Amino acid sequence: MSELHPEIHERRILGTELLWAVGVGILIAATLSTIVFTALTRDINPPSNVERIDPKTLHLSGEFTEQNLGTTVDADGAVTARVIATQFTFVPRCIAVPEGRRITMRFAAPDVIHGLLITGTNVNTMVVPGFVSQVHTEFTRTGDLLMPCHEYCGLGHSEMWATVQVVPQNEFKPDQDRRVACAKR
Amino acid sequence: MRNADRLCLAHSWVAFAAFLAAAVLGTWQMWVRSPLGAHVGTPGQYFMSVTAHGVAMAYVLTTFFIMGFGYFVAVTALNRPLPGLLWAWSAFWMAIVGVLMVLLPIAMGQATVLFTFYPPLTASPWFYIGLVLIVVASWVWCGLMIVAMWEWKRENPGKPVPLAMFGTVSNAVMWLWTTVGVAVELIFQVIPAAIGYVQTVDVGLARTLFSWTLHAIVYFWLIPAYIAFYTIVPRAAGGRLYSDTMGRVTFILFLVYSLPVGMHHLMMDPEHGNGTKFIQVLLTAFVSVPTLLTIFTITASLEIAGRLRGGRGLFGWIAALPWDRPTVLATGLAFVMLGFGGFGGLINMGYGMNAMIHNTSWVTAHFHLIFGGSVVIMYFAIAYEMWPRLTGREHPSRGLLRLQLWLWFIGMMVMTLPWHWLGLQGQWRRVANFNYADPITAGWGPLVILSFGGGLVLLLSALLFTRNLFVLHRGTIVVIARPLYALAVHPPQRVPAALNGFGLWNVLVLVLMLFAYGYPIAQFIITPSPSAIVHRMSAQ
Repeated sequence: MSELHPEIHERRILGTELLWAVGVGILIAATLSTIVFTALTRDINPPSNVERIDPKTLHLSGEFTEQNLGTTVDADGAVTARVIATQFTFVPRCIAVPEGRRITMRFAAPDVIHGLLITGTNVNTMVVPGFVSQVHTEFTRTGDLLMPCHEYCGLGHSEMWATVQVVPQNEFKPDQDRRVACAKR
Repeated sequence: MRNADRLCLAHSWVAFAAFLAAAVLGTWQMWVRSPLGAHVGTPGQYFMSVTAHGVAMAYVLTTFFIMGFGYFVAVTALNRPLPGLLWAWSAFWMAIVGVLMVLLPIAMGQATVLFTFYPPLTASPWFYIGLVLIVVASWVWCGLMIVAMWEWKRENPGKPVPLAMFGTVSNAVMWLWTTVGVAVELIFQVIPAAIGYVQTVDVGLARTLFSWTLHAIVYFWLIPAYIAFYTIVPRAAGGRLYSDTMGRVTFILFLVYSLPVGMHHLMMDPEHGNGTKFIQVLLTAFVSVPTLLTIFTITASLEIAGRLRGGRGLFGWIAALPWDRPTVLATGLAFVMLGFGGFGGLINMGYGMNAMIHNTSWVTAHFHLIFGGSVVIMYFAIAYEMWPRLTGREHPSRGLLRLQLWLWFIGMMVMTLPWHWLGLQGQWRRVANFNYADPITAGWGPLVILSFGGGLVLLLSALLFTRNLFVLHRGTIVVIARPLYALAVHPPQRVPAALNGFGLWNVLVLVLMLFAYGYPIAQFIITPSPSAIVHRMSAQ
């Protein structure tokens, strides 16, 4: 390489590398702008409520005692589903939710780390003992969805799943305790 | 054979023995998960296998190969004897004891906690103590790499450290930072819980400390591939490295940006707020910079090689490259897998999009493609360059080397592309079996079988690789005169101190780590979160 091709003179190499680096910078700026834009305008954020709860006593008092689990409709119409994730089941195993209505799902674990997703939706969270996991969502189609545990929680992990029953709004009727259970099938 | 050569071979053989065993286990797991093997094995056996597969691939293959390759580079790139051979052999045997201490409890069903061992699930204490021994052995290696570079610099004042060694030491320095998180987790949280000294554990803190290690460890595995891209591939292709400076900048960027990004693995976790998650997403975006710079510089280096070999036109140089050489072929295939895996990774780091794929097969596909695909295929290429120089023997058939690389590439693509698709459908990770009678999962069956087919091809490739290595010990003796390391188009005469060492960059790492991990860790110390009861997976 005694006689250098003009393309590989030292200054030229530096120039092309810098030009490429500018392109890389633009790509990264575009990616991050998209993330910030969707987070601010469409409220697309990870589930991060940072709310602590003692895993050793959550069954004794408070919102995760047994009679509070499942779907509740508050006086102001807000729908909340409270679910315990424990080896190797969700309590309750079936969760009734209305179609086309913003709902809040709250999860807690008394034992080990669990996680969950609901197939065909963007609902996804870890359930870490010591914290309440909270997800806001709106289901757009009726029918049964699968809600498996997606974090290894012990040898029975593969058998841990629940059903999310999405029902039309006119069939979503709270009882006198303002609670909604899955329809028997 | 010289003592240092035996050291490299011993490390590499342990690495690839673990690799072969793990490949067998991985293929078995895919069979059991598919409709074909639906009634085979128990969940206990399945998760035992997953634990062994993860430990062997992620901790044994990588750590031993990186140490062996590091010793090789220190001898060949610096052209001087390795300092501290006795230390190196002691570390080797310590790591071997560590591996046995990890594997025995797994085989006895006393450590079925997967290779990520998230508490409060806890394994037999021996499992963790074995891991600590492997890490301590790797610290000895880091020290030896730093000493080797330091002694060379003292003997060659003002000269730029050869790029291969610069990259190796950048990895050693990064690894020292990386292991701090998991070491603190093991020593202060997990081992006291495993031996029964404490009965509860702060799970949020443990996950945060593990995340400190969890992402940078992947770059520890990856840097040998990048060292090969910059210093071995341009020569193998018959060209020169386009820019030595870009190589140095890349290794420094990996050191700086690999570490303060681990919380993107905790995006779906409830113990951290959106602010700290976003900071680490921002930093994660920057860790793509060294890879994007590398793609350009290596492509330009290959273009120089192609044009020197008579390639013409915009793309004619690609056809002119010597694709019959295993190192060049492996690089091409690695780039294709890096492309697919890299774009998948952009989804994973997406602050909002992560919810779509977190803990689904998409993630499994992503790291198999990036690590198992791009990185491990470069481990093969490095082995094929390293072995003849250590044994003094050539493989009689380059065709068999190429066949092995092609099988690995095809197997990896056939295995991981269906996994990506299944992940988007919501197929979750880490389960022993699926209920294919369920209407939602029934449709996944054919794709799971297809990916199992890819797994079989990978196993075939792993077997052929092992055979190729054995042949490299038996072939005819030849003198390998080919130089290994590439020259740059403009070999550096002098480089600024900042591009010839890591002192300054360690300060920057410290600042970024305080910025990214300061509050996320401090929150657990200011007000400890309610702890969970330890859950033992081992008999006491």
